[in-house]
Amino acid sequence: MTALIDMSDKMQRLIHTFAALADLGQEIADTGDFHEMVLTSLHLMLGSMAIRRGAITEFDSEARVLRFIATRGIEAQEPGYVAMDSESISDLLSAGPITINIDGSSLVSTRFAERYRTVLGTHRIELLLPLIVRDKLVGLILLGEKASGKAFSEDDREVLSAMGRHIAVGIQERRLLEELEHRATENRDLYEELRAIYHDTVKAFAAAIDCKDKYTRGHSERVGNYSEIIAREMGWSENAVEGIAVAGYLHDIGKLVVERDILNAPHYIDAKQSAELNRHPAAGYEILAPIHHPYADISLMVRYHHERMDGAGYPEGLIGDQIPVGARIVALADSFDAMTTDRPYRRRRSLEEVVVDLRDNAGKQFAPDVVASLCRALLKEVTGETSERRIMRMLGKGYVESERISPLLAELILELEAGLRTSAAGNS
Amino acid sequence: MADLPTGASVRSHCVGTTAVVYATDYLNKLSGERIERECRLQLESGCRALVINFRDTELVNSIGVSILLAVIDAVERVGAHLVFSDVNSQTIELFELLGLTRHVMVAASENEAFACLTEFALVHDRAGH
Repeated sequence: MTALIDMSDKMQRLIHTFAALADLGQEIADTGDFHEMVLTSLHLMLGSMAIRRGAITEFDSEARVLRFIATRGIEAQEPGYVAMDSESISDLLSAGPITINIDGSSLVSTRFAERYRTVLGTHRIELLLPLIVRDKLVGLILLGEKASGKAFSEDDREVLSAMGRHIAVGIQERRLLEELEHRATENRDLYEELRAIYHDTVKAFAAAIDCKDKYTRGHSERVGNYSEIIAREMGWSENAVEGIAVAGYLHDIGKLVVERDILNAPHYIDAKQSAELNRHPAAGYEILAPIHHPYADISLMVRYHHERMDGAGYPEGLIGDQIPVGARIVALADSFDAMTTDRPYRRRRSLEEVVVDLRDNAGKQFAPDVVASLCRALLKEVTGETSERRIMRMLGKGYVESERISPLLAELILELEAGLRTSAAGNS
Repeated sequence: MADLPTGASVRSHCVGTTAVVYATDYLNKLSGERIERECRLQLESGCRALVINFRDTELVNSIGVSILLAVIDAVERVGAHLVFSDVNSQTIELFELLGLTRHVMVAASENEAFACLTEFALVHDRAGH
Protein backbone atom coordinates (compact mmCIF):
# COMPACT_ATOMS: atom_id res chain seq x y z
CA MET A 1 0.00 0.00 0.00
CA THR A 2 2.78 2.41 0.98
CA ALA A 3 4.61 1.49 -2.21
CA LEU A 4 1.49 2.35 -4.21
CA ILE A 5 1.15 5.74 -2.55
CA ASP A 6 4.86 6.41 -3.16
CA MET A 7 4.42 5.52 -6.81
CA SER A 8 1.37 7.77 -7.12
CA ASP A 9 3.30 10.63 -5.48
CA LYS A 10 6.21 10.07 -7.78
CA MET A 11 3.89 10.04 -10.78
CA GLN A 12 2.21 13.28 -9.77
CA ARG A 13 5.55 14.91 -9.11
CA LEU A 14 6.77 13.76 -12.54
CA ILE A 15 3.68 15.13 -14.27
CA HIS A 16 4.10 18.47 -12.49
CA THR A 17 7.81 18.62 -13.38
CA PHE A 18 7.28 17.64 -17.01
CA ALA A 19 4.55 20.25 -17.35
CA ALA A 20 7.03 22.81 -15.99
CA LEU A 21 9.68 21.63 -18.46
CA ALA A 22 7.23 21.87 -21.35
CA ASP A 23 6.16 25.36 -20.28
CA LEU A 24 9.82 26.34 -19.97
CA GLY A 25 10.57 25.16 -23.51
CA GLN A 26 7.62 27.18 -24.79
CA GLU A 27 8.73 30.24 -22.85
CA ILE A 28 12.31 30.08 -24.16
CA ALA A 29 11.09 29.58 -27.73
CA ASP A 30 8.92 32.68 -27.46
CA THR A 31 10.75 35.67 -28.86
CA GLY A 32 9.07 38.15 -26.55
CA ASP A 33 10.49 40.31 -23.82
CA PHE A 34 13.78 38.83 -22.60
CA HIS A 35 13.48 39.85 -18.96
CA GLU A 36 9.93 38.57 -18.83
CA MET A 37 11.17 35.28 -20.29
CA VAL A 38 13.90 34.97 -17.65
CA LEU A 39 11.53 35.81 -14.80
CA THR A 40 8.96 33.30 -16.04
CA SER A 41 11.68 30.69 -16.40
CA LEU A 42 12.71 31.30 -12.80
CA HIS A 43 9.08 30.96 -11.70
CA LEU A 44 8.80 27.66 -13.53
CA MET A 45 12.01 26.36 -12.03
CA LEU A 46 11.08 27.37 -8.50
CA GLY A 47 7.48 26.21 -8.88
CA SER A 48 8.42 22.83 -10.32
CA MET A 49 9.94 21.79 -6.97
CA ALA A 50 8.52 24.47 -4.69
CA ILE A 51 11.89 26.09 -4.15
CA ARG A 52 11.40 29.10 -1.92
CA ARG A 53 13.87 31.52 -3.44
CA GLY A 54 16.19 31.82 -6.35
CA ALA A 55 17.95 34.07 -8.81
CA ILE A 56 19.19 33.92 -12.38
CA THR A 57 22.38 35.76 -13.19
CA GLU A 58 23.94 36.45 -16.56
CA PHE A 59 27.70 36.36 -17.02
CA ASP A 60 29.15 39.45 -18.65
CA SER A 61 32.47 38.19 -19.99
CA GLU A 62 33.78 41.67 -20.75
CA ALA A 63 33.12 43.11 -17.30
CA ARG A 64 33.71 39.67 -15.72
CA VAL A 65 30.66 39.93 -13.51
CA LEU A 66 27.51 37.94 -12.90
CA ARG A 67 24.53 40.28 -13.25
CA PHE A 68 21.25 39.49 -11.52
CA ILE A 69 18.55 39.40 -14.21
CA ALA A 70 15.72 37.77 -12.24
CA THR A 71 15.19 37.16 -8.53
CA ARG A 72 12.43 35.72 -6.37
CA GLY A 73 12.64 35.84 -2.60
CA ILE A 74 16.17 37.25 -2.76
CA GLU A 75 16.74 40.96 -2.65
CA ALA A 76 19.36 41.69 -5.29
CA GLN A 77 21.57 44.09 -3.37
CA GLU A 78 23.31 46.96 -5.09
CA PRO A 79 25.26 46.98 -7.30
CA GLY A 80 23.26 44.01 -8.62
CA TYR A 81 26.23 42.02 -9.78
CA VAL A 82 28.94 39.71 -8.46
CA ALA A 83 32.55 40.15 -9.56
CA MET A 84 34.27 37.05 -10.92
CA ASP A 85 37.91 36.08 -11.21
CA SER A 86 39.41 33.61 -13.66
CA GLU A 87 39.59 30.83 -11.08
CA SER A 88 35.92 31.19 -10.14
CA ILE A 89 34.95 31.13 -13.81
CA SER A 90 36.94 28.00 -14.54
CA ASP A 91 35.57 26.34 -11.38
CA LEU A 92 31.99 27.01 -12.44
CA LEU A 93 32.74 25.69 -15.91
CA SER A 94 33.86 22.35 -14.56
CA ALA A 95 31.88 21.86 -11.36
CA GLY A 96 28.34 21.03 -12.57
CA PRO A 97 25.54 21.64 -10.02
CA ILE A 98 27.10 22.69 -6.70
CA THR A 99 25.35 21.84 -3.45
CA ILE A 100 25.77 24.47 -0.76
CA ASN A 101 25.65 23.55 2.93
CA ILE A 102 23.58 25.42 5.48
CA ASP A 103 26.63 27.45 6.55
CA GLY A 104 27.31 28.53 2.98
CA SER A 105 30.17 26.10 2.44
CA SER A 106 30.02 23.82 -0.57
CA LEU A 107 30.43 20.10 -0.96
CA VAL A 108 32.45 20.66 -4.08
CA SER A 109 35.21 23.05 -3.24
CA THR A 110 35.05 26.00 -5.59
CA ARG A 111 36.64 29.37 -5.30
CA PHE A 112 33.30 31.01 -6.10
CA ALA A 113 31.48 29.27 -3.25
CA GLU A 114 34.34 29.98 -0.86
CA ARG A 115 34.55 33.63 -1.82
CA TYR A 116 30.81 34.24 -1.44
CA ARG A 117 30.19 31.80 1.39
CA THR A 118 28.66 34.45 3.69
CA VAL A 119 26.27 35.77 1.04
CA LEU A 120 25.20 32.25 0.04
CA GLY A 121 24.60 31.40 3.69
CA THR A 122 22.61 34.59 4.35
CA HIS A 123 20.27 33.89 1.46
CA ARG A 124 20.07 30.21 2.38
CA ILE A 125 21.21 29.16 -1.07
CA GLU A 126 21.35 25.38 -1.36
CA LEU A 127 22.20 24.80 -4.98
CA LEU A 128 24.27 26.58 -7.63
CA LEU A 129 23.63 25.74 -11.28
CA PRO A 130 26.27 27.07 -13.68
CA LEU A 131 24.76 27.90 -17.08
CA ILE A 132 27.08 26.73 -19.82
CA VAL A 133 26.70 26.77 -23.60
CA ARG A 134 29.45 25.38 -25.81
CA ASP A 135 31.95 25.37 -22.96
CA LYS A 136 31.29 29.01 -22.18
CA LEU A 137 29.83 30.33 -18.96
CA VAL A 138 26.66 32.30 -19.72
CA GLY A 139 25.33 32.60 -16.18
CA LEU A 140 24.62 31.03 -12.83
CA ILE A 141 21.36 30.07 -11.14
CA LEU A 142 21.15 30.28 -7.37
CA LEU A 143 18.45 28.22 -5.68
CA GLY A 144 17.28 28.30 -2.07
CA GLU A 145 15.72 25.56 0.01
CA LYS A 146 12.69 23.52 -0.97
CA ALA A 147 9.38 24.18 0.79
CA SER A 148 9.32 20.51 1.73
CA GLY A 149 12.48 21.01 3.79
CA LYS A 150 14.06 18.07 2.01
CA ALA A 151 17.48 18.25 0.43
CA PHE A 152 17.78 18.26 -3.37
CA SER A 153 17.89 14.67 -4.59
CA GLU A 154 19.97 13.45 -7.50
CA ASP A 155 16.76 13.39 -9.61
CA ASP A 156 16.02 16.97 -8.61
CA ARG A 157 19.51 18.05 -9.64
CA GLU A 158 19.14 16.37 -13.01
CA VAL A 159 15.77 17.97 -13.72
CA LEU A 160 17.02 21.36 -12.59
CA SER A 161 20.14 20.94 -14.72
CA ALA A 162 17.94 20.22 -17.75
CA MET A 163 15.92 23.35 -17.02
CA GLY A 164 19.16 25.28 -16.58
CA ARG A 165 20.32 24.16 -20.02
CA HIS A 166 17.09 25.52 -21.53
CA ILE A 167 17.58 28.84 -19.77
CA ALA A 168 21.26 28.99 -20.79
CA VAL A 169 20.27 28.54 -24.43
CA GLY A 170 17.63 31.27 -24.02
CA ILE A 171 20.22 33.68 -22.63
CA GLN A 172 22.75 32.76 -25.31
CA GLU A 173 20.16 33.22 -28.08
CA ARG A 174 19.32 36.67 -26.77
CA ARG A 175 23.04 37.52 -26.80
CA LEU A 176 23.44 36.36 -30.39
CA LEU A 177 20.40 38.39 -31.34
CA GLU A 178 21.83 41.46 -29.63
CA GLU A 179 25.13 40.92 -31.38
CA LEU A 180 23.33 40.65 -34.72
CA GLU A 181 21.35 43.79 -34.01
CA HIS A 182 24.57 45.56 -33.02
CA ARG A 183 26.23 44.50 -36.27
CA ALA A 184 23.18 45.48 -38.26
CA THR A 185 23.28 48.93 -36.62
CA GLU A 186 26.99 49.20 -37.38
CA ASN A 187 26.36 48.24 -41.00
CA ARG A 188 23.52 50.73 -41.22
CA ASP A 189 25.76 53.48 -39.81
CA LEU A 190 28.51 52.51 -42.21
CA TYR A 191 26.05 52.57 -45.09
CA GLU A 192 24.82 56.02 -44.01
CA GLU A 193 28.43 57.23 -43.83
CA LEU A 194 29.19 55.87 -47.30
CA ARG A 195 25.99 57.40 -48.60
CA ALA A 196 26.95 60.77 -47.12
CA ILE A 197 30.42 60.47 -48.67
CA TYR A 198 28.84 59.57 -52.02
CA HIS A 199 26.52 62.58 -51.90
CA ASP A 200 29.33 64.90 -50.79
CA THR A 201 31.43 63.61 -53.67
CA VAL A 202 28.58 64.19 -56.10
CA LYS A 203 28.19 67.75 -54.78
CA ALA A 204 31.93 68.32 -55.10
CA PHE A 205 31.74 67.15 -58.72
CA ALA A 206 28.79 69.46 -59.32
CA ALA A 207 30.79 72.36 -57.94
CA ALA A 208 33.76 71.38 -60.12
CA ILE A 209 31.55 71.26 -63.22
CA ASP A 210 30.08 74.67 -62.46
CA CYS A 211 33.55 76.10 -61.79
CA LYS A 212 34.58 75.27 -65.32
CA ASP A 213 31.67 77.28 -66.73
CA LYS A 214 31.80 80.74 -65.19
CA TYR A 215 28.23 81.56 -66.31
CA THR A 216 26.55 78.73 -64.52
CA ARG A 217 27.79 78.90 -60.94
CA GLY A 218 25.46 76.89 -58.67
CA HIS A 219 23.50 75.67 -61.70
CA SER A 220 24.14 71.94 -61.14
CA GLU A 221 23.14 72.08 -57.51
CA ARG A 222 19.92 73.93 -58.36
CA VAL A 223 19.10 71.47 -61.16
CA GLY A 224 19.60 68.66 -58.63
CA ASN A 225 17.24 70.39 -56.22
CA TYR A 226 14.57 71.17 -58.83
CA SER A 227 14.71 67.59 -60.12
CA GLU A 228 14.26 66.30 -56.58
CA ILE A 229 11.27 68.60 -55.97
CA ILE A 230 9.56 67.67 -59.25
CA ALA A 231 10.12 63.92 -58.72
CA ARG A 232 8.73 64.10 -55.19
CA GLU A 233 5.69 66.01 -56.48
CA MET A 234 5.23 63.24 -59.07
CA GLY A 235 5.06 60.71 -56.23
CA TRP A 236 8.42 59.03 -56.70
CA SER A 237 9.82 56.95 -53.84
CA GLU A 238 12.37 58.63 -51.55
CA ASN A 239 15.15 56.45 -52.93
CA ALA A 240 14.29 57.35 -56.51
CA VAL A 241 14.05 61.02 -55.51
CA GLU A 242 17.59 60.82 -54.09
CA GLY A 243 18.71 59.21 -57.34
CA ILE A 244 17.30 61.92 -59.58
CA ALA A 245 18.87 64.60 -57.38
CA VAL A 246 22.22 62.95 -58.11
CA ALA A 247 21.43 62.92 -61.82
CA GLY A 248 20.58 66.61 -61.57
CA TYR A 249 23.84 67.39 -59.81
CA LEU A 250 25.83 65.52 -62.44
CA HIS A 251 23.79 66.28 -65.56
CA ASP A 252 26.52 68.53 -67.01
CA ILE A 253 29.47 66.34 -65.99
CA GLY A 254 30.19 65.86 -69.71
CA LYS A 255 31.13 69.54 -69.87
CA LEU A 256 34.37 68.56 -68.18
CA VAL A 257 35.54 67.33 -71.58
CA VAL A 258 34.32 70.42 -73.47
CA GLU A 259 36.80 73.21 -74.17
CA ARG A 260 36.63 75.93 -71.54
CA ASP A 261 36.62 78.60 -74.27
CA ILE A 262 33.43 77.19 -75.73
CA LEU A 263 31.72 77.06 -72.35
CA ASN A 264 32.80 80.56 -71.51
CA ALA A 265 32.18 82.15 -74.92
CA PRO A 266 30.52 85.54 -74.18
CA HIS A 267 28.15 85.47 -77.15
CA TYR A 268 26.99 83.02 -79.77
CA ILE A 269 29.16 80.08 -80.70
CA ASP A 270 29.63 78.77 -84.22
CA ALA A 271 28.25 75.48 -85.54
CA LYS A 272 31.44 73.56 -84.83
CA GLN A 273 31.62 74.86 -81.30
CA SER A 274 27.93 74.11 -80.88
CA ALA A 275 28.49 70.52 -82.02
CA GLU A 276 31.35 70.26 -79.53
CA LEU A 277 29.15 71.62 -76.73
CA ASN A 278 26.31 69.25 -77.68
CA ARG A 279 28.63 66.33 -77.09
CA HIS A 280 28.40 66.85 -73.35
CA PRO A 281 25.32 64.64 -72.61
CA ALA A 282 26.89 61.65 -74.37
CA ALA A 283 30.26 62.40 -72.79
CA GLY A 284 28.55 62.56 -69.39
CA TYR A 285 27.03 59.17 -70.08
CA GLU A 286 30.45 57.76 -70.96
CA ILE A 287 31.85 59.07 -67.68
CA LEU A 288 28.99 57.84 -65.49
CA ALA A 289 28.01 54.54 -67.10
CA PRO A 290 30.94 52.49 -65.75
CA ILE A 291 30.24 53.67 -62.18
CA HIS A 292 28.03 51.46 -60.06
CA HIS A 293 25.68 54.06 -58.56
CA PRO A 294 23.40 53.19 -55.66
CA TYR A 295 20.51 54.52 -57.78
CA ALA A 296 19.14 53.35 -61.12
CA ASP A 297 19.54 55.05 -64.51
CA ILE A 298 21.68 58.03 -63.45
CA SER A 299 23.79 57.80 -66.60
CA LEU A 300 20.71 57.55 -68.84
CA MET A 301 19.12 60.62 -67.27
CA VAL A 302 22.34 62.49 -67.96
CA ARG A 303 22.61 61.19 -71.53
CA TYR A 304 19.08 62.24 -72.47
CA HIS A 305 18.63 65.50 -70.56
CA HIS A 306 18.74 67.49 -73.82
CA GLU A 307 16.20 65.37 -75.64
CA ARG A 308 12.86 67.02 -76.47
CA MET A 309 9.37 65.53 -76.50
CA ASP A 310 8.97 66.49 -80.18
CA GLY A 311 12.16 64.69 -81.20
CA ALA A 312 14.13 67.85 -81.92
CA GLY A 313 16.60 67.30 -79.10
CA TYR A 314 19.97 65.58 -78.94
CA PRO A 315 22.02 63.38 -78.89
CA GLU A 316 19.58 60.83 -80.36
CA GLY A 317 16.44 62.81 -81.18
CA LEU A 318 14.24 60.54 -79.08
CA ILE A 319 10.50 61.25 -79.12
CA GLY A 320 8.03 61.37 -76.21
CA ASP A 321 7.96 58.13 -74.21
CA GLN A 322 11.30 57.04 -75.69
CA ILE A 323 12.88 59.56 -73.33
CA PRO A 324 13.28 58.17 -69.80
CA VAL A 325 10.99 59.98 -67.31
CA GLY A 326 14.01 60.93 -65.18
CA ALA A 327 15.66 62.61 -68.18
CA ARG A 328 12.44 64.55 -68.87
CA ILE A 329 12.51 65.82 -65.30
CA VAL A 330 16.18 66.82 -65.42
CA ALA A 331 15.56 68.50 -68.79
CA LEU A 332 12.83 70.72 -67.35
CA ALA A 333 14.86 71.44 -64.19
CA ASP A 334 17.83 72.42 -66.40
CA SER A 335 15.78 74.74 -68.61
CA PHE A 336 13.83 76.24 -65.72
CA ASP A 337 17.07 77.18 -63.98
CA ALA A 338 18.52 78.56 -67.22
CA MET A 339 15.43 80.75 -67.71
CA THR A 340 15.30 81.98 -64.12
CA THR A 341 18.96 82.93 -63.65
CA ASP A 342 20.98 85.80 -65.07
CA ARG A 343 23.65 85.10 -67.63
CA PRO A 344 26.33 87.65 -68.59
CA TYR A 345 24.81 88.01 -72.02
CA ARG A 346 21.15 88.33 -70.88
CA ARG A 347 18.98 89.07 -67.85
CA ARG A 348 16.76 86.35 -66.52
CA ARG A 349 13.13 86.38 -67.60
CA SER A 350 10.29 87.32 -65.31
CA LEU A 351 8.51 84.37 -63.73
CA GLU A 352 5.35 85.24 -65.69
CA GLU A 353 7.33 84.95 -68.93
CA VAL A 354 8.78 81.66 -67.78
CA VAL A 355 5.30 80.28 -67.09
CA VAL A 356 4.21 81.37 -70.57
CA ASP A 357 7.28 79.62 -72.01
CA LEU A 358 6.42 76.45 -70.11
CA ARG A 359 2.85 76.57 -71.48
CA ASP A 360 4.12 77.11 -75.02
CA ASN A 361 6.63 74.30 -74.83
CA ALA A 362 4.69 71.69 -72.86
CA GLY A 363 4.39 68.71 -75.18
CA LYS A 364 7.06 70.10 -77.51
CA GLN A 365 10.20 70.55 -75.47
CA PHE A 366 8.90 69.46 -72.05
CA ALA A 367 6.73 66.61 -70.83
CA PRO A 368 3.34 68.08 -69.79
CA ASP A 369 3.04 65.98 -66.62
CA VAL A 370 6.51 67.12 -65.52
CA VAL A 371 5.64 70.77 -66.17
CA ALA A 372 2.39 70.34 -64.22
CA SER A 373 4.33 68.85 -61.29
CA LEU A 374 6.81 71.72 -61.18
CA CYS A 375 3.96 74.23 -61.33
CA ARG A 376 2.09 72.44 -58.55
CA ALA A 377 5.17 72.40 -56.31
CA LEU A 378 5.76 76.10 -56.96
CA LEU A 379 2.10 77.00 -56.41
CA LYS A 380 2.11 75.17 -53.06
CA GLU A 381 5.03 77.31 -51.95
CA VAL A 382 3.56 80.54 -53.30
CA THR A 383 0.16 80.00 -51.62
CA GLY A 384 1.71 78.74 -48.38
CA GLU A 385 0.08 75.31 -48.74
CA THR A 386 3.49 73.96 -47.79
CA SER A 387 5.84 75.56 -45.29
CA GLU A 388 8.79 74.67 -47.52
CA ARG A 389 10.29 77.48 -49.57
CA ARG A 390 12.93 75.59 -51.54
CA ILE A 391 12.00 76.82 -55.01
CA MET A 392 11.41 80.37 -53.82
CA ARG A 393 14.78 80.40 -52.04
CA MET A 394 16.50 79.27 -55.24
CA LEU A 395 14.66 81.90 -57.27
CA GLY A 396 15.76 84.57 -54.82
CA LYS A 397 14.08 87.37 -52.92
CA GLY A 398 11.67 89.66 -54.78
CA TYR A 399 11.49 87.51 -57.90
CA VAL A 400 8.19 85.79 -57.16
CA GLU A 401 5.15 88.04 -57.05
CA SER A 402 2.69 85.73 -55.43
CA GLU A 403 -0.53 87.47 -56.39
CA ARG A 404 0.38 87.69 -60.05
CA ILE A 405 1.91 84.26 -60.46
CA SER A 406 -0.64 82.18 -58.52
CA PRO A 407 -3.52 82.45 -61.02
CA LEU A 408 -1.14 81.82 -63.93
CA LEU A 409 0.20 78.70 -62.32
CA ALA A 410 -3.26 77.47 -61.31
CA GLU A 411 -4.56 78.04 -64.84
CA LEU A 412 -1.62 76.25 -66.45
CA ILE A 413 -1.95 73.31 -64.08
CA LEU A 414 -5.66 72.95 -64.93
CA GLU A 415 -4.91 73.17 -68.63
CA LEU A 416 -2.10 70.61 -68.49
CA GLU A 417 -4.07 68.20 -66.32
CA ALA A 418 -7.06 68.41 -68.65
CA GLY A 419 -4.76 67.69 -71.57
CA LEU A 420 -3.23 64.73 -69.74
CA ARG A 421 -6.69 63.32 -68.97
CA THR A 422 -7.75 63.66 -72.60
CA SER A 423 -4.53 62.03 -73.71
CA ALA A 424 -4.98 59.16 -71.24
CA ALA A 425 -8.58 58.63 -72.41
CA GLY A 426 -7.39 58.59 -76.02
CA ASN A 427 -4.72 55.99 -75.23
CA SER A 428 -7.15 53.70 -73.43
CA MET B 1 -17.60 43.41 4.81
CA ALA B 2 -16.83 45.36 1.63
CA ASP B 3 -15.59 44.09 -1.70
CA LEU B 4 -12.42 45.89 -2.72
CA PRO B 5 -11.85 47.20 -6.21
CA THR B 6 -8.93 45.07 -7.24
CA GLY B 7 -8.88 45.38 -11.02
CA ALA B 8 -8.86 42.55 -13.54
CA SER B 9 -10.40 39.38 -12.15
CA VAL B 10 -9.22 39.09 -8.53
CA ARG B 11 -12.00 39.48 -6.01
CA SER B 12 -11.38 40.07 -2.36
CA HIS B 13 -13.05 41.29 0.80
CA CYS B 14 -12.00 42.06 4.34
CA VAL B 15 -13.40 40.85 7.64
CA GLY B 16 -11.69 42.82 10.35
CA THR B 17 -7.98 42.37 9.81
CA THR B 18 -8.49 39.26 7.69
CA ALA B 19 -8.63 39.52 3.93
CA VAL B 20 -10.15 36.85 1.73
CA VAL B 21 -8.72 36.71 -1.78
CA TYR B 22 -10.38 34.57 -4.43
CA ALA B 23 -8.15 32.71 -6.84
CA THR B 24 -9.30 32.25 -10.43
CA ASP B 25 -10.00 29.00 -12.28
CA TYR B 26 -6.42 28.51 -13.51
CA LEU B 27 -3.59 29.80 -11.39
CA ASN B 28 -0.97 30.74 -13.97
CA LYS B 29 1.38 33.70 -14.33
CA LEU B 30 -1.14 36.37 -15.15
CA SER B 31 -3.76 35.45 -12.59
CA GLY B 32 -1.07 34.46 -10.06
CA GLU B 33 0.62 37.84 -10.25
CA ARG B 34 -2.72 39.55 -9.66
CA ILE B 35 -3.31 37.43 -6.58
CA GLU B 36 0.21 38.12 -5.30
CA ARG B 37 -0.27 41.85 -5.84
CA GLU B 38 -3.62 41.76 -4.06
CA CYS B 39 -2.19 39.84 -1.11
CA ARG B 40 0.70 42.28 -0.80
CA LEU B 41 -1.70 45.23 -0.92
CA GLN B 42 -3.83 43.69 1.83
CA LEU B 43 -0.77 43.09 4.00
CA GLU B 44 0.46 46.63 3.40
CA SER B 45 -2.93 48.01 4.36
CA GLY B 46 -2.70 46.28 7.72
CA CYS B 47 -4.27 42.84 7.28
CA ARG B 48 -2.68 40.31 9.57
CA ALA B 49 -4.35 37.22 8.14
CA LEU B 50 -5.04 36.16 4.59
CA VAL B 51 -7.38 33.51 3.31
CA ILE B 52 -6.89 32.50 -0.29
CA ASN B 53 -10.06 30.83 -1.47
CA PHE B 54 -9.48 28.29 -4.24
CA ARG B 55 -13.14 27.34 -4.74
CA ASP B 56 -12.97 28.31 -8.46
CA THR B 57 -9.48 26.94 -9.04
CA GLU B 58 -9.17 23.77 -11.05
CA LEU B 59 -5.48 23.83 -11.80
CA VAL B 60 -2.33 25.33 -10.35
CA ASN B 61 0.77 25.17 -12.54
CA SER B 62 4.44 25.64 -11.58
CA ILE B 63 4.28 29.38 -11.95
CA GLY B 64 1.22 29.39 -9.70
CA VAL B 65 3.17 27.41 -7.09
CA SER B 66 6.08 29.83 -7.31
CA ILE B 67 3.74 32.76 -6.83
CA LEU B 68 2.08 31.14 -3.84
CA LEU B 69 5.55 30.65 -2.34
CA ALA B 70 6.12 34.37 -2.77
CA VAL B 71 2.85 35.06 -0.95
CA ILE B 72 3.93 32.70 1.84
CA ASP B 73 7.22 34.58 2.01
CA ALA B 74 5.46 37.96 2.18
CA VAL B 75 3.12 36.74 4.92
CA GLU B 76 6.00 35.33 6.97
CA ARG B 77 7.98 38.54 6.66
CA VAL B 78 5.26 40.57 8.39
CA GLY B 79 4.36 37.84 10.86
CA ALA B 80 0.87 37.39 9.45
CA HIS B 81 -1.09 34.15 8.92
CA LEU B 82 -2.17 32.42 5.73
CA VAL B 83 -4.91 29.88 5.14
CA PHE B 84 -5.77 28.16 1.86
CA SER B 85 -9.45 27.27 1.69
CA ASP B 86 -11.69 25.27 -0.64
CA VAL B 87 -8.74 23.60 -2.36
CA ASN B 88 -9.70 20.68 -4.60
CA SER B 89 -8.24 17.28 -3.85
CA GLN B 90 -5.84 17.24 -6.78
CA THR B 91 -4.38 20.61 -5.83
CA ILE B 92 -4.15 19.64 -2.15
CA GLU B 93 -2.17 16.57 -3.16
CA LEU B 94 0.18 18.78 -5.15
CA PHE B 95 0.61 21.24 -2.28
CA GLU B 96 1.33 18.39 0.12
CA LEU B 97 3.73 16.74 -2.28
CA LEU B 98 5.68 19.94 -2.75
CA GLY B 99 5.65 20.85 0.93
CA LEU B 100 3.55 24.02 0.73
CA THR B 101 1.24 22.68 3.44
CA ARG B 102 4.15 22.85 5.88
CA HIS B 103 3.89 26.64 5.69
CA VAL B 104 0.15 27.31 5.44
CA MET B 105 -2.99 26.08 7.09
CA VAL B 106 -5.48 24.39 4.77
CA ALA B 107 -9.21 24.60 5.45
CA ALA B 108 -12.12 22.90 3.75
CA SER B 109 -14.17 26.12 3.56
CA GLU B 110 -13.91 29.82 4.18
CA ASN B 111 -15.78 29.46 7.49
CA GLU B 112 -13.39 26.77 8.58
CA ALA B 113 -10.51 29.05 7.61
CA PHE B 114 -11.86 31.78 9.89
CA ALA B 115 -12.32 29.19 12.64
CA CYS B 116 -8.71 28.06 12.16
CA LEU B 117 -7.48 31.62 12.45
CA THR B 118 -9.58 32.25 15.58
CA GLU B 119 -8.35 29.06 17.19
CA PHE B 120 -4.80 29.87 16.21
CA ALA B 121 -5.12 33.32 17.77
CA LEU B 122 -6.59 31.84 20.96
CA VAL B 123 -3.79 29.29 21.20
CA HIS B 124 -1.26 32.03 20.74
CA ASP B 125 -3.01 34.25 23.28
CA ARG B 126 -3.00 31.42 25.78
CA ALA B 127 0.65 30.84 25.03
CA GLY B 128 1.25 34.49 25.76
CA HIS B 129 2.30 35.47 22.23
